[in-house]
Amino acid sequence: MSADPTQVLAFETDCHIFDGCGFPAPGLHSFLFEPLWGDADSNLYFNKPMLLALLGSVIVIGFFWAAFRKPKMVPGKLQMVAEFGYDFIRRGVVYETLGRKEGEKYVPLVVSMFFFIWMMNLWSVVPLAQFPVTSIIAYPAVLALIVYVLWVSLTFKRHGFVGGWKNITGYNKDLGPVLPLAMLIEFFSNLLVRPFTHAVRLFANMFAGHTLLVLFTIASWYLLNGIGIAYAGVSFIMVIVMTVFELFIQALQAYVFVLLTCTFIQGALAEHH
Amino acid sequence: MSQLLTIASEEVQNPLVPPIPELVIGLIAFVIVFAVFAWKLLPNINKVLEERREAIEGGIEKAEAAQTEANSVLEQYKAQLAEARHEAARLRSEAQEQGAALIAEMRAEGQRQREEIIAAGHAQIEADRKAAATALRQDVGKLATDLAGKLVGESLEDHARQSRVINRFLGELEEKAEAAR
Repeated sequence: MSADPTQVLAFETDCHIFDGCGFPAPGLHSFLFEPLWGDADSNLYFNKPMLLALLGSVIVIGFFWAAFRKPKMVPGKLQMVAEFGYDFIRRGVVYETLGRKEGEKYVPLVVSMFFFIWMMNLWSVVPLAQFPVTSIIAYPAVLALIVYVLWVSLTFKRHGFVGGWKNITGYNKDLGPVLPLAMLIEFFSNLLVRPFTHAVRLFANMFAGHTLLVLFTIASWYLLNGIGIAYAGVSFIMVIVMTVFELFIQALQAYVFVLLTCTFIQGALAEHH
Repeated sequence: MSQLLTIASEEVQNPLVPPIPELVIGLIAFVIVFAVFAWKLLPNINKVLEERREAIEGGIEKAEAAQTEANSVLEQYKAQLAEARHEAARLRSEAQEQGAALIAEMRAEGQRQREEIIAAGHAQIEADRKAAATALRQDVGKLATDLAGKLVGESLEDHARQSRVINRFLGELEEKAEAAR
């Protein structure tokens, strides 16, 4: 039995309740992986989340490639499903927030972002993978960074240098003496906090969800001893309930992420008052 | 217990600090998806969606055009039918009128002819009768005077007497004829 908890799955231990061994609770170590290749101390390594991220890309592309490579006027089942997803994001998110004219340009970004995030989240419940890639902050962060760069550059492109700053700081003469304070708050809220919350909202949801799943899964195993078996059953039911709940949260968080993306772009393009 | 100590002693990374390699992989993974979507898949499907929209709208337009045409043709037929009915009714009533007029005319003509024939017959009979009566009167008068002259030997030159005698004789004849009838 290895001492490194990152290398030990709960099921690989013989640790059960009443055996005098403590509950192997999940924690931050549940989100750390020994590299599959390379050295963790250097910056050259390859681990499970990376593999899942790339594999997820391949799956998303593969699915839509199969559906949209040779699209037909009368769609088959696969194309119909893909079209529904595409249309849902395009119409329900992009056109809804940005309008048809302004929004058209951002459809590829938002649509690909939604399905990418959704796939990364879905890994959480895929057998053997069972790890949401987005619970590693790097993945939401890089997406939030792309959105951040996009909307900041759009702001200055649309409104010019001074106008751009006015837009970001919510400049409004009517505020009078409160104006400097309001501008300071808006500056912090928009330019500094916004990308952070954008990324962390997704990350934290997936992190918490995965922790709960791991907790109940480990508990189901750990409690399998004596009277504990009854509790193990309850715990296992919770695993199933949480899995269903996670399926919902995964789609919802992907949706929220792209909806916020569109809202930021819309704010950047909007006329400042 | 030793396990917990191991965990505690291990330098656990702050979960909010992204490691560079994962950032890079994340970026690559997303950019691949975005590139394929933007370059190939979404233009592909957009084209088809647009074509489908046009096809549907075209189909609707076609159907609408066909409907309009059918309606106009129907109206036309209805108008034609109504006109034909009207015409037929008109012809029928005309024919009836004509027929009635013809019959009335024929009847009048027949009546007129009948009356003419009757009148002509009456006139003829009257004329014949008159002529016969005249001729008979003359002949009978002459015969009677001749006969009477021969019988009595006297000349019945006195005209008044002659007429009286003749008339009396004729009256007797007529009475006889009346009795014989």
